Amino acid sequence: MTDKTSGLFHRDRSWHPAALTPPYKTSIKRSPAAAPISMPSTLSEDTGPVFTRDILGPQDADLIHNFASEGQSAIGPRIIVYGRVLDETGRGVPNALVEVWQANAGGRYRHKKESYLAPLDPNFGGCGRVITDAHGNYEFRTIQPGPYPWPNGPNDWRPAHIHFSIFGASFGQRLITQMYFEDDPMIWQCPIVGTIPSREAIETLVAALDMRRTVPMDARAYKFDIVLRGVRQTMFENRMEGL
Amino acid sequence: MVQKLENLKESPSQTAGPYVHIGLTPNFSGITGVYDADLGTKMLGDAPKGERITITGRVLDGTGTPLRDALLEIWQADANGIYPGQDGADADVYGWGRCPTDMDDGTFRFETIKPGAVQNRDGTPMAPHITFWIVARGINLGLHTRMYFADETEANAADPVLKRIEHQVRVPTLMGQPQGNGTYLFDIHLQGPDETIFFDI
Ligand SMILES: [Fe+2]
Repeated sequence: MTDKTSGLFHRDRSWHPAALTPPYKTSIKRSPAAAPISMPSTLSEDTGPVFTRDILGPQDADLIHNFASEGQSAIGPRIIVYGRVLDETGRGVPNALVEVWQANAGGRYRHKKESYLAPLDPNFGGCGRVITDAHGNYEFRTIQPGPYPWPNGPNDWRPAHIHFSIFGASFGQRLITQMYFEDDPMIWQCPIVGTIPSREAIETLVAALDMRRTVPMDARAYKFDIVLRGVRQTMFENRMEGL
Repeated sequence: MVQKLENLKESPSQTAGPYVHIGLTPNFSGITGVYDADLGTKMLGDAPKGERITITGRVLDGTGTPLRDALLEIWQADANGIYPGQDGADADVYGWGRCPTDMDDGTFRFETIKPGAVQNRDGTPMAPHITFWIVARGINLGLHTRMYFADETEANAADPVLKRIEHQVRVPTLMGQPQGNGTYLFDIHLQGPDETIFFDI
């Protein structure tokens, strides 16, 4: 690897949620009070693990079937979620590991600490993963998750959402976020969405319904692009596959 | 008017939430049969060079209560200070680990080797360290920090990142404390008088 980089673009912290966001109550005792110490990225943040397709199973990108019994499938509106992982310069990020998790169509998670009265779906686990192609494209199939109530205010509900975790080429690009669905009125009532300071930033997390990518008589499609921090210069083009 | 810059904005972060395990460590959360194994549980191959170490600790909130729903990832160089993917890296050091905190007592644990010193951008060495990234319910943007080794007194004193910290009284929050037998204790305090230093990289 030739180290021509001068590192990661600095993060625009005014675009992200602050650490302390009191309407989201759990942040109050879990937010650092001191300012984070700014430093330019070093090799320790510019490098990162590389994931190859041999970790993937044949159904990892099909949440409709990857937990279902033979011949069965998960209940709920069938959808395709597709998009690109890009960096701030607009370049597609190849070989990015995208891991997703979500509630079932009734808004219930398969987790021992989950207590919502909506039922589990015996054919739905709720996790999936995919690695982007050479242009940064990814795609997976799932069912549209339901909204669910959560203990915060007396009557707070999460809008329907899918959690995303993304690895770019650098550990300093590591990002976890959530995808919301076009035209969901619950988006604008949610204290977790509301941790994001601007409407403009929130709208970048709302996936668009794309009827052209729909598979007739099968599944509708939503487009969701994800942007990771930019990397200066071309450090990562010669990376070896190491992991 | 001037031409528009073509830069995009980074996708805004959202909390990993209480069910991060479903997505990132499904076998740990009881969802078996989807992935063979959870990623990041094994950090070493059969014959890594270097001193074997264990890193353990807890993530504590502002009341001193350990988080039982956090998830940590770490990234490190091999014993020669070379990162996986770089020329000459030790193929038996994967460099990356992922561990949820225990659902009962909140501890995390990584089995790895001690990294060597890594070159800073200007060619000066940084003291041996491991990069940490912490997410959990209530954390809106993943937290980056580093664990240095408390027994590397000389290297730590010369480390360019540690030297630039204004409040030197806080530097001990970045130190893994040797417990003997190659075990280092690294508690991460999100808040309070011992609040860990976090970095805006
Ligand atoms: Fe959720």
